[in-house]
Amino acid sequence: MEILNLEGTEDTPKIILDKKNGIFEISGRSLPEDSAEFYRPVLEWIEKYGKDPNANTDFVFKLEYFNTASSKLILDVLSSLEDIKAMKILWYFHEDDEDMEEAGQEFSELVEIPFEFKTY
Amino acid sequence: MNFIYDLHRTMMSQNLILVYQGDFTQESTKSILSMAERNLDSSGEDSSIKRKVFNVMVEALQNIVKHSDELIDGEMRSHAAIFLIGKEANRYSIMSGNPVRKSNIPGLHKKLDQINGLDKDGLKELYKEIIKNTTISDKGGAGLGFVDMARKSGGKLEFEFPEMSSDYCFFCLKVNVPRETE
Repeated sequence: MEILNLEGTEDTPKIILDKKNGIFEISGRSLPEDSAEFYRPVLEWIEKYGKDPNANTDFVFKLEYFNTASSKLILDVLSSLEDIKAMKILWYFHEDDEDMEEAGQEFSELVEIPFEFKTY
Repeated sequence: MNFIYDLHRTMMSQNLILVYQGDFTQESTKSILSMAERNLDSSGEDSSIKRKVFNVMVEALQNIVKHSDELIDGEMRSHAAIFLIGKEANRYSIMSGNPVRKSNIPGLHKKLDQINGLDKDGLKELYKEIIKNTTISDKGGAGLGFVDMARKSGGKLEFEFPEMSSDYCFFCLKVNVPRETE
């Protein structure tokens, strides 16, 4: 399966989705002008991946900041991961960033996927 | 050219550290954010306060980009809006002003009143309720901006609608972020 690799910019996150090497990561800042458009390829990639996923998947979110329009799309990404077997979310937050920790907790209450919280 | 000095004095007396007036786009938003960020970094502000200020700024700026109404007055058409940041000993204030059509005010007013009527837990519930049920609008918003600003502020959203003309008011919004960490 092809790799989705997007370089991060000042208003979009870095994204690597690599089935072969088992790397699934969204990191950095997310405040694009059009969040739906930006996350469309991510959602499409996950839909394909869901048809033949790895034995287990650790999906990493390591976000420094996201705006509210992105938060809706992050929930859409999480929802699209919900039905994939042995899925786990690794939610990273900066150790003094309570808001990012709380945001992760709220997402974990909205989807049926185990979350593991980690600081960086 | 006294107005230059007057403007400068007003900015000083209102403790304004950044004022931008003009057309608001994603590009100008990014420039304003990086300018404000450099300012916060060089002042050595606490990182959690910095993040909250940044957060409120993004939502306020993107609200202007997405929702400011074009002012049409005869031949004149304008998108001009204003964005300001104030810094006092105990708080930052993120302020914006943009034209809105009078017909859009009741809905806006109702939404702001609803948010101001909620406490921390109420805001959290409203946020979860909206994010579960919302779809991204044609304008690209999730309908969560004001709720998020109120949550990051921890205080009420201050707003006024001074009249501009028979069709428009100027929507003034002020969101405070305390500088003391709890």
